[in-house]
Amino acid sequence: MPAYFAKRLLFLVPLLVGITLVTFGVMQLAPGKPTDMVTDMNVKASAEAKERLIKLYGLDKPWHVQYWDWLKRFARLDFGRSFRDDRPVLRKIGERLPATLLLNVSSLLLIFLIALPIGILSAVKQDSLWDKSLTVFVFIGFSVPTIWLALLAMITFGLKLGWLPISGLRSLTYDEMSLGAQCLDLARHLALPVLVSAFTGLAGLSRYVRNGLLEVIRQDYIRTARAKGLPENRVILKHALRNTLIPVVTLVGLLLPDLIGGSFIFETIFAYPGMGRLGFDAIMARDYPVIMGVGTIAALLTLVGNFLADVAYAYVDPRIRYQGK
Amino acid sequence: MWSLTLQRFRKNKLALAGSAILALLVLLALLAPVLVAMDPLQQDVVQRLRPPSWSHWMGTDDLGRDVFSRVLFGTRISLVVGIVAVGLALLIGTSAGLVAGFYGGWVDTLFMRLIDVLLCFPAIFLILMVIAFLEPNILNVVVIIGLTSWMGLARLVRGECLSLRERDFMSAARALHLSTPRLLFVHLLPNVASPVLVAATLGVGGAILTESALSFLGLGVQPPTASWGNILAVGKDYIHIAWWLSLFPGLAILVTVLAFNLLGEGLRDVLDPRMD
Repeated sequence: MPAYFAKRLLFLVPLLVGITLVTFGVMQLAPGKPTDMVTDMNVKASAEAKERLIKLYGLDKPWHVQYWDWLKRFARLDFGRSFRDDRPVLRKIGERLPATLLLNVSSLLLIFLIALPIGILSAVKQDSLWDKSLTVFVFIGFSVPTIWLALLAMITFGLKLGWLPISGLRSLTYDEMSLGAQCLDLARHLALPVLVSAFTGLAGLSRYVRNGLLEVIRQDYIRTARAKGLPENRVILKHALRNTLIPVVTLVGLLLPDLIGGSFIFETIFAYPGMGRLGFDAIMARDYPVIMGVGTIAALLTLVGNFLADVAYAYVDPRIRYQGK
Repeated sequence: MWSLTLQRFRKNKLALAGSAILALLVLLALLAPVLVAMDPLQQDVVQRLRPPSWSHWMGTDDLGRDVFSRVLFGTRISLVVGIVAVGLALLIGTSAGLVAGFYGGWVDTLFMRLIDVLLCFPAIFLILMVIAFLEPNILNVVVIIGLTSWMGLARLVRGECLSLRERDFMSAARALHLSTPRLLFVHLLPNVASPVLVAATLGVGGAILTESALSFLGLGVQPPTASWGNILAVGKDYIHIAWWLSLFPGLAILVTVLAFNLLGEGLRDVLDPRMD
């Protein structure tokens, strides 16, 4: 088993190289030089200053040399400095990453909290009115444009009712608040983004639980459990659900790229100070080192998520755990 | 076989509802110039930011343009972007999947590793990057959505091919020394068509959502051309005073995407009798 995971870990290296190579390649598509953004904004910048800037960032070298230089620095965990404010990229990402993780982990938890009961209820009461209405509910979540739902939520709960703040992560007076008030403030700011994100991500998991449970319920051992007179909710929750949930663990790994990808749009709408918005702003400003950094970290999060899902899968399913022995 | 499928289709409520809504949308898109009294680009600054009324069913935007006309014309953009982008993804995904699944070996490994790499990326990050660096226009949007959404289809086709390859009819076809293209396109392809059709239909909804998000961020269809996403962007600017700018285009996106998803789920039931 450890050998299997070591192999999986080792496999992450070529993947990561591939990912950074693609990101780097795409950046070469852009016409002109990213320093144009800096120099064109400033009329006083001379052609000479521009040359110096290009030299400083190594943009005069051929792209494969630039990539190799980047890779060498990356191996030392040095992501370089932002073109815009000259601050280390890793620090910029470090400041934003916790907010993104907070948002995505909260959404993921909420998705589980809502999707599991929906899936179970739909399966147990298959083809009932419950099943049908829940299916419609989940279907709408799957089809609804996030941007629109976010706008409607902002209009309704933020502007009309005035219950919740519509942007950012903290109030201006956050630093003067007590710890309890700070937590409440964070929760209030998180409420809309998390609700919207969770609603749009419900479908996959709840359908999976429903269909999985339906399949398990038909198995012999469920008939046995019923035959020996166990109460129905014990049969479902203990005997059937456990076996349904095993593959669900891997679904988390699949949900992760969607959530992280969603962050780029989500955080921009809600003016949320996370890594997604940092990445979006960097793309718009052609801040190459930050783009490379955010792309790499986002991909790394996805890879680690998938890896953890694999580990968890082996942990919950003894059949897989003992296979390697 | 086809009449049986058609029969099942007619009995499937999801598929029927989806295709009815889609037929209506296509009709609206085609007839848009006839149906609207106002040019979607016609500005009227005196009438700006008016709420919905009899003369402007969905109100007017910041330049006094009729939102109903703009939403109606937006149907064309969304349908075209969604269908063409998925068409491109189908072309790439099916070819890659067929080749990888049919040949196996290092060709298979090469394609699958490439797909692994591309799937770790949040696709939207790649899309944002390409569009921001090139030029935001409808062609680039269609191409990049197509180029970033073929991987799932390729995996699907490959998986089906791997299991079909060993079946008797394939051995028989090979024993007859049929040419490779004939094996691929006449014998393999029709057998993977059903799941691919389902995945593609569901994919159109996703592509429409992506286009609307891009246009919303100013990286998709550029104003003055009306797209649901860029009307929503104006809605965000006037979020405090003009709710109608946010409500209607989003509703149009929801209905359209829902229709494609209903049709896709319906087709899954129709084409895959095992689920009964």
